[in-house]
Amino acid sequence: MSQTDILAGLAAILEEVAGVDPADVTADKTFIDDLDVDSLSMVEVVVAAEEKFGVKIPDEDVKTLKTVGDAVSYIQRAGVAA
Amino acid sequence: MTGLLEGKRVLVTGVLTEASIAFSVARIAQEQGASVVLTGFGRGLSLTRRIARRLPTEPPVVELDVTDEEHLAELSAKVLEHVDGLDGVMHAIGFAPESVLGGKPFVEAAWSEVGTALQVSTWSLASLTRATMPLFGERASIVGLDFDASVAWPSYDWMGVAKAGLASAARYLARDLGPSGVRVNLVAAGPLRTMAAKSIPGFSKFEEVWGTRAPLGWDIADTTPAARACVALLSDWFPATTGEIVHVDGGFHAVGA
Ligand SMILES: NC(=O)c1ccc[n+]([C@@H]2O[C@H](COP(=O)([O-])OP(=O)(O)OC[C@H]3O[C@@H](n4cnc5c(N)ncnc54)[C@H](O)[C@@H]3O)[C@@H](O)[C@H]2O)c1
Repeated sequence: MSQTDILAGLAAILEEVAGVDPADVTADKTFIDDLDVDSLSMVEVVVAAEEKFGVKIPDEDVKTLKTVGDAVSYIQRAGVAA
Repeated sequence: MTGLLEGKRVLVTGVLTEASIAFSVARIAQEQGASVVLTGFGRGLSLTRRIARRLPTEPPVVELDVTDEEHLAELSAKVLEHVDGLDGVMHAIGFAPESVLGGKPFVEAAWSEVGTALQVSTWSLASLTRATMPLFGERASIVGLDFDASVAWPSYDWMGVAKAGLASAARYLARDLGPSGVRVNLVAAGPLRTMAAKSIPGFSKFEEVWGTRAPLGWDIADTTPAARACVALLSDWFPATTGEIVHVDGGFHAVGA
């Protein structure tokens, strides 16, 4: 899957789970500070992303995903490996 | 061999993530033959619904905030949409505001925040029981989750007080419901890395000592041992046990150092 497709998929999830405007979702944005995603919403975003992209994102790795771009590359790599 | 909970109908509260103790309870209960109904709470409800799909069989999810009298009043009718009665109820609910979890000195806690902790974590065992009692048949089992409250822990503060209260409430409920064939027991689990635990600032201090001091060792990422004990208490294999606390903590509570 292309980076653009993953970004669009993540934006849709962020809108559904945390009410984030899809227009705000760009690679450089941080989940917590820029997009105001709290820890409960972040867990749901991860679960929804796992379902949508067919990947597994363990807890230890979630901590390293600070920006939307981090998540996009992670999902792309995990998707290739799967 | 048939399952431990074959034919039983069990309401499981407290499934939030796959790490939730209640998630393992629901999974093992299903594996042991139970029909499971979950409850979900507030903003976490949609997450509970997603996580429900990761169980062996996707169970129905009913909304329940234990502090909401309307939810409590509607609970039995909502559960009846999915099962025709209940044989077991799993209480896996706890919450305390951060200020009373080591955020402030213990002595400075405000009643409003302590009150929330006690309402959600202690009183809810009674309110959940009241709400589900009409669904019980000749026998039923209620199981809750304790964290050893006989000593003071780092950071645990008012949650520790709430747990001491929970243990007492379980005994009073056991006293009153025993004649109706209802057992009420708690499982005192060792520390497990769940969402609730992550909100306790000093949680890592528990993690460090537990594994080294517990005679059997302890894995903070494995909720299966605690969940198995819950399922055992929900089953017919503890028919004469009520008002009891079963420690599932690697034996930590039994040793001094
Ligand atoms: N994790 C541990 O180390 C540990 C150890 C011993 C006991 N416990 C107890 O186990 C139980 C389950 O917690 P967990 O550790 O699995 O964490 P968890 O975060 O997965 O579960 C806590 C649950 O409480 C629910 N909840 C909070 N407020 C609620 C309300 N008002 N109405 C209904 N539900 C509400 C949440 O939705 C969540 O599902 C709690 O009682 C907790 O105190 C936990």
